[in-house]
Amino acid sequence: MQADWIWGLAGGTMIGVAAAAYLLLNGRIMGASGILGGIVDGSEWRAGAAFASENLAFIAGLVLVPGGLWYFLGRPETNLTANPAILVCAGLLVGLGTRLANGCTSGHGVCGLSRLSFRGFVATVFYLMGGGLSVILFRHLLGVS
Amino acid sequence: MRLVSAFLCGGLFGAGLLVSGMTDTTKVIGWLDIFGDWDPTLAFVLFSAIVPMTVAWRIAARRSAAVYGGTLTPPPLRDADRALVLGSLAFGFGWGLAGLCPGPSLAVLTFGGWNGLLFLVAMMAGMVAAPFVRVRIDRLAAG
Repeated sequence: MQADWIWGLAGGTMIGVAAAAYLLLNGRIMGASGILGGIVDGSEWRAGAAFASENLAFIAGLVLVPGGLWYFLGRPETNLTANPAILVCAGLLVGLGTRLANGCTSGHGVCGLSRLSFRGFVATVFYLMGGGLSVILFRHLLGVS
Repeated sequence: MRLVSAFLCGGLFGAGLLVSGMTDTTKVIGWLDIFGDWDPTLAFVLFSAIVPMTVAWRIAARRSAAVYGGTLTPPPLRDADRALVLGSLAFGFGWGLAGLCPGPSLAVLTFGGWNGLLFLVAMMAGMVAAPFVRVRIDRLAAG
């Protein structure tokens, strides 16, 4: 697929504009793990129902708009593994890790790197390293997928 | 208005993830697989997402409040610590295993089937557990 990088640039720009709009319009940081994590561990609610409902609306858009798009344009492929053990282990690691680090790809990667945050840089280096090692270990050495 | 704006920002984020191919786990794992059939798409996604956000931080620095009210003070820049490094490594391992990070795991909810839902539930369980693990890490660091 030759055009993948063009779709990457287009989609990336949309992600960046969404993050910029959430900052300038609502004064909030667009970090997916922070937004969802604050809702599930209760920390958002302690800051007030209005504060939490804003992030709930964000999550609703994040879930429903891609849902509407595939309904009209055709179902996209996720190619997600069907192995429940991998799904549970990976989910636990992603949930735990992003909350310990206070951010994921959108928070540290997009919002952090763009303001030259040292924490964002360190996080990005280590999650890319973890991801690379994980693929080498599980996919190439152990043959899990 | 704040809620509408939040919904639209979330929607644009989700649409961007879909368009860029970040909801396809083979593209994400392909990017992490530097010794296999390496797929550079994610670099284009990350780069092009950082550009508008760099402009936004500059505008934010000159404004005192967000358009729909509320503070526009960015969170303070802090030093890296043990939890940041350990957490990011753990996140990376999970990311490389399944090919989903938190944003896409929500964006695929309507078409990811039961497998996507199982990942999301496990991820939320990990998020609930994080404050307890953090206390242990801090204790180890102190002792």
